[in-house]
Amino acid sequence: MSTEEIRAALAEIVNEVAGVDADDVQLDKSFVEDLDVDSLSMVEVVVEAEEKFGVTIPDDQVKNLKTVGDAVSYIESARAAA
Amino acid sequence: MTTLKVEQGSAYAGILGVGAYRPARVVPNSEIVDAIDSSDEWVQQRSGIKTRRFADESETVVAMSVSASRDALEAAGIDPRQVDCVIVATVSHLLQTPSAATMVAHELGTDGAAAFDVSAACAGFCHGVAMANDLVRGGSARYVVVIGVERLSDITSRTDRGTAFIFADGAGAVVVGPSETPAIGPVVWGSDGEQYDLIRQKEDWRDAIAADAPEMPHLVMQGNEVFRWASFSMGKVAHQALDRAGVTIDELDCFIPHQANNRITDALARSMKLPAHVKIARDVIDSGNTSAASVPLALERMIRDGDAKSGDVALLIAFGAGLSYAAQVVTLP
Repeated sequence: MSTEEIRAALAEIVNEVAGVDADDVQLDKSFVEDLDVDSLSMVEVVVEAEEKFGVTIPDDQVKNLKTVGDAVSYIESARAAA
Repeated sequence: MTTLKVEQGSAYAGILGVGAYRPARVVPNSEIVDAIDSSDEWVQQRSGIKTRRFADESETVVAMSVSASRDALEAAGIDPRQVDCVIVATVSHLLQTPSAATMVAHELGTDGAAAFDVSAACAGFCHGVAMANDLVRGGSARYVVVIGVERLSDITSRTDRGTAFIFADGAGAVVVGPSETPAIGPVVWGSDGEQYDLIRQKEDWRDAIAADAPEMPHLVMQGNEVFRWASFSMGKVAHQALDRAGVTIDELDCFIPHQANNRITDALARSMKLPAHVKIARDVIDSGNTSAASVPLALERMIRDGDAKSGDVALLIAFGAGLSYAAQVVTLP
């Protein structure tokens, strides 16, 4: 999957979980500040992302995923390592 | 060789009546938020909770249990003297022994019914329903009163940002007895003691008393980890309970999860892919999280509001400290 494909799939998850318009879920956007995705919604996004992308995102890593770009990069490297 | 005589119970059991006791005092978020430096808006956004109820001195664990049980017995049309067993699920009966259940059985006017408490935290009520089902079917009891009751306000820190706005008080009860058709499905239950630390009493009584300034040990919880477990692992358990009862998710009328947090209910419904026609219990909004009491309170509320009707197929699922969980499909009385 390309970076853009991962971003688009992640955007779909964020839309489903938090009702955020998928087009707003761009790499430079902060989950909390720009998209209003709070820590509980973030847990849901992470679990859905784990399933969709076949990766593991441990709880202690989640707090480092501040922007959509952070999450996409994490997923890319986790997929590469798998 | 002597062969022992055994007894057989009813082929099937069901919930025959439901009752509830809600403490008189309604506590809005505005009474809670100053001590945790928060706001009504934040509490609602984080949990859905608008108000909860706190018991006063007279609304004891036993008094609330007796009141809820009387309503359940009346709804079932069962005399207290017909009750063979009383099961109280609670973590906030603060007298270590004897159990609350013996006093409840006495005050209800049972004829010396067997009585004991169950400690399975928020999952306690669904554990009790599972046991009652087996007691009735196994012949150990004909009518069982199962109560979920809590006074969590006694063991909640007013200044703990993770729990002060969540926990509350109340009691709910059901009567389980013989049924002509299967009305309580197989229980799916279990525990995960590896995560015992996620929700628990902060310290044991000996450590609390030995402290320089002794205070009541209160509940502590790691919210995000609990959210993950409750929302996703429990979705799988819910599906197992449906499978074991031979019920498809489309046949479900009511979904009555432990009223932990409205956000958990939402996430659980999403992770289960619950169809839109299924009515979902939302009692947490007005009642907070009453641990063992929350499922019967929510059930009573749905019946009273007309959201749940006689003959409806409902999925009960409860989960909490332990971690422990239990789920079963029931047909409503």
